[in-house]
Amino acid sequence: MAINIWKYASPQTFYPLAGRLVPWFFALAAVLGVVGLYIGFFVAPTDFQQGDSYRIIFIHVPAAWMSMFLYIVMAGWCAVGMVFNTRLSFMMALAIAPTGAMFTFVALWTGSLWGKPTWGTWWVWDARLTSELILLFLYIGFMSLHAAIDDVRRADRAAGLLALVGAINVPIIYFSVKWWNTLHQGASVSLSRSPSMASTMLTAMLLMSLAAWMYAIAVSFLRVRAIILDRESGSDWVRELEEAAA
Amino acid sequence: MNWGSAQAFFAMGGYALYVWGAYGVAAACILLELWVLRRRRRTLERDLSRKDADDSSGQI
Repeated sequence: MAINIWKYASPQTFYPLAGRLVPWFFALAAVLGVVGLYIGFFVAPTDFQQGDSYRIIFIHVPAAWMSMFLYIVMAGWCAVGMVFNTRLSFMMALAIAPTGAMFTFVALWTGSLWGKPTWGTWWVWDARLTSELILLFLYIGFMSLHAAIDDVRRADRAAGLLALVGAINVPIIYFSVKWWNTLHQGASVSLSRSPSMASTMLTAMLLMSLAAWMYAIAVSFLRVRAIILDRESGSDWVRELEEAAA
Repeated sequence: MNWGSAQAFFAMGGYALYVWGAYGVAAACILLELWVLRRRRRTLERDLSRKDADDSSGQI
């Protein structure tokens, strides 16, 4: 049986689908988050060097991963929108941006609170921290540029271009700890070798990352529904939806 | 189990400010995001129903 996934490329058909999926993704996020926090705080042992300050890792690393991943997804939707001229793609990009910015801020904030006890400083202008800060400005720039242009389709294209050019920053963030001397430690988890941390710590970190991912999907779907309603408010199907709800 | 008492848990081995400061602000960010989204949705629904009312009153 072939399911026509292209059907869901239209805002009208994606709107109810997203609405049905949202509670499931929130539920997954909650379960994964609770289990992840339990393992992180009650099962994973105290670090012999950093004491309990290392427990910030369970929010810091997932937030930092999501900040980069969401930017790539956002820029990807912009690329799809620019090539195929699909309305929903730009709406998805616009729905992801605030959540990406939120995770970037959380990564910076928690990193700062982790840096103080371990490095002795809240902030340094090194490659990893600076490029992550630029990521926050890119998210804010994307949203501001879009909001500043009245014509929605032109706003989509201008902000989309900014998102695509800014995507170069993501590999810079990721490899910054290799390319430059930095206070920030290298990757503890990579595809090429086994992780350099205790397995309970790793389990908690991965569960929290999955929770952050599911949360990001749920919130972006909620936001894209609002954006769809907003943009399509003049169309017949939204009017019918309103009448059905009334 | 890592903690002898609830007190020890909240003290976080002397790193309470850093650990709870990180998790507290992260939780606040998530709650703020959800609240803003909910408000946006409510405003939108109100505007849409008002627009519908305007449209129908204009039709004779």
